[in-house]
Amino acid sequence: MKQVFFEIASNILIADKVYELKLSGDTSGITAPGQFVNIMIGGFFLRRPISVCDWDDGSLKIIYKVVGEGTEALSKMENGRLDILVGLGNGYNLTECGKTPLLVGGGAGVPPMYGLCKKLVEAEALPTVVIGFNKAVDVFYKAEFEELGVQTIIATADGSIGVKGFVTDAIKTLDREFSSYCACGPEPMLKALSDTLTIKGQLSFEERMACGFGACMGCSCKTRYGSKRICRDGPVLRSDEVIW
Amino acid sequence: MKDLSVILSGLKLDNPVIPASGTFGYGAEFKNFYDINILGSFSFKGTTQEPRFGNPTPRIAECESGMINSIGLQNPGIEAVVSEILPKMATYFKKPVIANIGGFSVAEFVCCAEMLDSSPQVGIIEVNISCPNLHKGGRNFASDPLAAAEVTAAVKKVTDKPVYIKLSPNVTSITEIAKACEDAGADGISMINTLVGMRIDIKTRKPIIANKMGGFSGRAIFPVALRMVYEVAGTVNIPIIGIGGIATARDVIEMMMAGATAVQVGAENLRNPYVCKDIIEELPKLMEELKIEKLSDIIGAAL
Repeated sequence: MKQVFFEIASNILIADKVYELKLSGDTSGITAPGQFVNIMIGGFFLRRPISVCDWDDGSLKIIYKVVGEGTEALSKMENGRLDILVGLGNGYNLTECGKTPLLVGGGAGVPPMYGLCKKLVEAEALPTVVIGFNKAVDVFYKAEFEELGVQTIIATADGSIGVKGFVTDAIKTLDREFSSYCACGPEPMLKALSDTLTIKGQLSFEERMACGFGACMGCSCKTRYGSKRICRDGPVLRSDEVIW
Repeated sequence: MKDLSVILSGLKLDNPVIPASGTFGYGAEFKNFYDINILGSFSFKGTTQEPRFGNPTPRIAECESGMINSIGLQNPGIEAVVSEILPKMATYFKKPVIANIGGFSVAEFVCCAEMLDSSPQVGIIEVNISCPNLHKGGRNFASDPLAAAEVTAAVKKVTDKPVYIKLSPNVTSITEIAKACEDAGADGISMINTLVGMRIDIKTRKPIIANKMGGFSGRAIFPVALRMVYEVAGTVNIPIIGIGGIATARDVIEMMMAGATAVQVGAENLRNPYVCKDIIEELPKLMEELKIEKLSDIIGAAL
């Protein structure tokens, strides 16, 4: 983990209330897909923890949804510098994903799946992507996933695009075996996956947090292997350790 | 060369800047940001006799210039701290640490203090009688002068380390509690702990914090903390560690002028992990500007 001052390269609306923020700066603190960053926004006491969508040497991409005053303020920034703590949390373990993993993202949980997918493709794995949204206007990154050359299935709750229903409904249409699954999204989605899939999974959780680096104990949860901090020991937990 | 050193009950600190308990863990996370040996000391995470998971989540709510926490004293228990954490800490923190202990009975405070007494790493035992998050048994040592005195006397009896009592601001008269602690043998006072507060999610119409209420801290509480330190400094003759909303070198100077011998920085560490380093670097410059040669000269200057 590291404090870095990033320059805003662009910050554009890509779906209903969803923005893609491109930043330039030192990304060497980021070590795995599924990690997050904690962004200081002027006028707010706490930083905003947001998952990493994608990164390379010198550039960082995050996708966030406007859900409150902090993200609202962030969405209005067109340029300038941002004080960001990078490389927070553990992220997904690529080796544990296996050769043919299933990647599942729900809403604001879709972005880390992109970075993960990219790394898996680079490692010559063959991931399948299922991403779920409420309705067509919420959908983003379908084309970006497809550009990576992976099968990408969309599910929308109202059926306005793709499979009608939840990600679990879309998964049922896939008659195939997966080596494991990785997921990020609302907790009911994570639980539904854990209930229906028998393969091993890596699940990314969310919790209100203060520091984001393990000091305040604000985001603790109980697991089968003792208490863990979502920010530091998570956000990615193994399916067999989660207590629902 | 400016002299930033201060003395707390015979313990000489290189500077008065101390991260506050609960915002710095046992130092392990912050050592990745900077060399924490530049600190005066730090007060480690409030430790109880038994391990505690703490309160249900959400435990955090943001406020204007501050935050509310309801951690509920999550900690691995005093045995694990003495046998595992302190030896590990010795590898990265070379100065005496302030050991913050919590408890739900006099016996629990005594047990924790006894176990820490023989540790050469512990410079001061800080007794948290004021954590407002817990509602167990209903007894609050911090709001009753007799109970505060009882804990103080009992802890003093089992340790030769300086004993500092950490006071709650959620009382009618903090000077009365401070005096009771001094009379019972306290070597110093740490003040203030968080103010009880709450936030409501206007969409769900429910409190944001699972436990409904929590402790409010951050820059917003600085004037309240300053006022209370000023009052207590005029009442007791033992050193005070000033705590509450400190975020800048200016705040440190102001708090010391109100009567604090040293200060603790709390919530600000959680938004700016470098704040204590920043303050330590800024202090000599501000002292130069204010023509202060020796920082300890300003203690109580406003009294």
